[in-house]
Amino acid sequence: MLRTSLIFVVIALLSLPFADLEITTSHPWTELGQIALGAIQPDLSALWQLKTALLNTVVFAFCGTSIGVVLGAGLAFGFSWAPIRLFCVFIRSIHEIFWAFLFLNIVGLNPICGVLSIAIPYAGIFAKVYAEIVQESDKQPLVGIPTGTGVISRFIYGVLPVIYADAKHYTTYRFECALRSSAILGFIGLPTLGYHLETAFREGTYQTAWALLYAFYLLIASLKYWLKPRLTPFYVVGAFTLLSREVTVSWANVLRFFTVDILPWPMRRVGVWSGTNHIDFSLVPVLEWIKDILITEGVEGVWNTLILTQIVLAGTGFFALLVFPFTCRHFSRWPMRPISQYVLVVLRTTPEYLLAYVFVQLWGPSMIPAVWAILLHNGAILAFLTSNNADRLQAQIDRPLRYIDRYFYEVLPRIYGQFLAFLFYRWEVIIRESAILGVLGIYTLGFYIDSAIVDHQLDKATLLILLTGTLNMSIDAVSQRVRRRLQISTKLFVLD
Amino acid sequence: MRSRIDDWSKWVLWIAIYSCLNSYSLNAICADFTFTAIPDQDTAGLQERFGKIADYLAKELKVPVKYIPVKSYSASVQAFKNNEVQLAWFGGLSGVQARLAVMHSKAIAQGKEDPNFITYFIANTNTGLSFTECFPFNIVDKTFTFGAKGSTSGRLMPEYFIQKALGKPPREVFKRVGFSGDHSKTLALVQSGSYQVGVINYKVWQKAVSAGQVDPKRLQVIWRTPSYPDYNWTIRGDVDRTYGQGFSQAVQQALIQLKAPEILNSFPRSSFISADNEMYQPILETAIELGIIRQ
Repeated sequence: MLRTSLIFVVIALLSLPFADLEITTSHPWTELGQIALGAIQPDLSALWQLKTALLNTVVFAFCGTSIGVVLGAGLAFGFSWAPIRLFCVFIRSIHEIFWAFLFLNIVGLNPICGVLSIAIPYAGIFAKVYAEIVQESDKQPLVGIPTGTGVISRFIYGVLPVIYADAKHYTTYRFECALRSSAILGFIGLPTLGYHLETAFREGTYQTAWALLYAFYLLIASLKYWLKPRLTPFYVVGAFTLLSREVTVSWANVLRFFTVDILPWPMRRVGVWSGTNHIDFSLVPVLEWIKDILITEGVEGVWNTLILTQIVLAGTGFFALLVFPFTCRHFSRWPMRPISQYVLVVLRTTPEYLLAYVFVQLWGPSMIPAVWAILLHNGAILAFLTSNNADRLQAQIDRPLRYIDRYFYEVLPRIYGQFLAFLFYRWEVIIRESAILGVLGIYTLGFYIDSAIVDHQLDKATLLILLTGTLNMSIDAVSQRVRRRLQISTKLFVLD
Repeated sequence: MRSRIDDWSKWVLWIAIYSCLNSYSLNAICADFTFTAIPDQDTAGLQERFGKIADYLAKELKVPVKYIPVKSYSASVQAFKNNEVQLAWFGGLSGVQARLAVMHSKAIAQGKEDPNFITYFIANTNTGLSFTECFPFNIVDKTFTFGAKGSTSGRLMPEYFIQKALGKPPREVFKRVGFSGDHSKTLALVQSGSYQVGVINYKVWQKAVSAGQVDPKRLQVIWRTPSYPDYNWTIRGDVDRTYGQGFSQAVQQALIQLKAPEILNSFPRSSFISADNEMYQPILETAIELGIIRQ
């Protein structure tokens, strides 16, 4: 384990010289002062005008999650079949924002775009996690069921009661993630919180921005009071009712997207310029076109994405190891412990895309904002989980008295396996985020995808999105192999 | 216990059926005349800016007119392409892209200033750069920001002039190239020194100067580009079928006859004049040359 960790640290160190880590703004700290001022004096009156955005954020999250749960549960049944597993890996390897880029073209600026962008990757995630929960569940009850019982009955009486608690716990957590996803979809134009957050940060009206952020934190912190399993059906039906008021889908647009827009340009070129819409099915020019895009933009995009990912991966690990003692009962007491816990909650509640957006405004578009945004968000999650695990350790009677000894000789060795397993779980998440932050002007894959969307070259955008998906899938595979070889698992509970 | 679950599910079912019926009837009504605009400056004030012109058009055309705000240049073109909006205030490039995507759509009006639009190259004074008549070759190796990726005055034309003068694409010319997102942001970023040099739509610049947002001690114009055609009102070709014969002409008339200074100032234009697709041929050719529109 130590050797693997060191290899990853070395990779990160080697990546550093290739990363663009300059702070390009000349007065980055004065702006930060303005932001801090906004935090003390939020303009709460703005919230009333923006109530529809808040409502939309919740509605999209409910509809997206519930569709994701239904599809994911369905897919989970077939998860042992490799093609389904691959399909799930694929749909979850593409970030919500990339899905939204595509759906904006298919269904337009309408709520169904937001809902599908959440539902599709979440279905892939739910399928995987539900299948894992079933796999690791206690199989005893199944033994008691008479032979010849139907598959559905076996599931309802033998499996569901065992996995219910875990599945519920995970689904609730995912709903919280969906709220974050829904909020950031506003950054690319959907009518959720992010829409107004983007404007507020762009225009420097930080008082409005903070009012929106506080509302968002409150929404997430209050989840446990109003998100009850029993009330969920009402919420879901209510959300779909509100949603359905605005949904209009033009089938002509859907058809155009699949039969024209995403066809590689060489197939369409003649038809477009002659006005005949003729489509040419010759393979060689298409391959040339693919090769050309991969060489000019794909290689640089992948390279920068990987550099960023590896730096952040190591950084996240260090951050978590450094910070978790502050929230762990073996090292920290009141008032340090609750304060650190709140800080971690705020960091993990803030969407990384939003953090990155703010940091780009502050420091300019280099890799620095991206590194810190992804690192803080993921580091906070990892620190929280690690500290939870450490809290479960029974302190031994002969434990070292000095904190530093206790840390290195008592606590760390006992939780390090789980820590690494969680970190490698986050790897796939980190690379998804590294790619997406290109939209903010860092030259990762997202930059080229955004440019292709701006130039209305949907075929190119789709190709680059597929490339991003493939890259994420490879990282997922590598991560799994590493975990298997080290024989580490998150055991206690799985948090994606 | 069983009856309680039955009760629940009965309720859920009823509400589901009700909501389906409800939404069905709501979907049947549609078709306000809708327009959008590229979010090229002051993105917080879009609703206020374009709400006024929506009211004006509704009064003149005697149909309900709705403005929908969008977040990006490309979203405005998409909305036009998907017939979510029938009219749009585009930049030169976005207009060309939109008209290529929707057959029979046409440019019907433009600002009086738009046939001869200009981009200003601006620089932070700490660079020591000052105004020149010919292309400022000494911007090489500075940090540089465009406006939005899809902007005509903030990206397409300046990139073209840079490429023409220096024979290299911007990423090889400058130390760092960014895309600020809009003209107001470009001004703020160059003024604060985050970027040393930037390019800005000259109308936005003039508006900022008269509003006192430019500090001449920190920010200077260093070059004015040659002129090119820019912004335009573009309408879909199928509006006459939907809203009645002669509708697109009525929209054109309404725009040209618009005299209210508070509306015109928000663009900012002195008046609107008629336009046609041909006028934007140079923009199309430039976009093709830079590979933004594919040949």
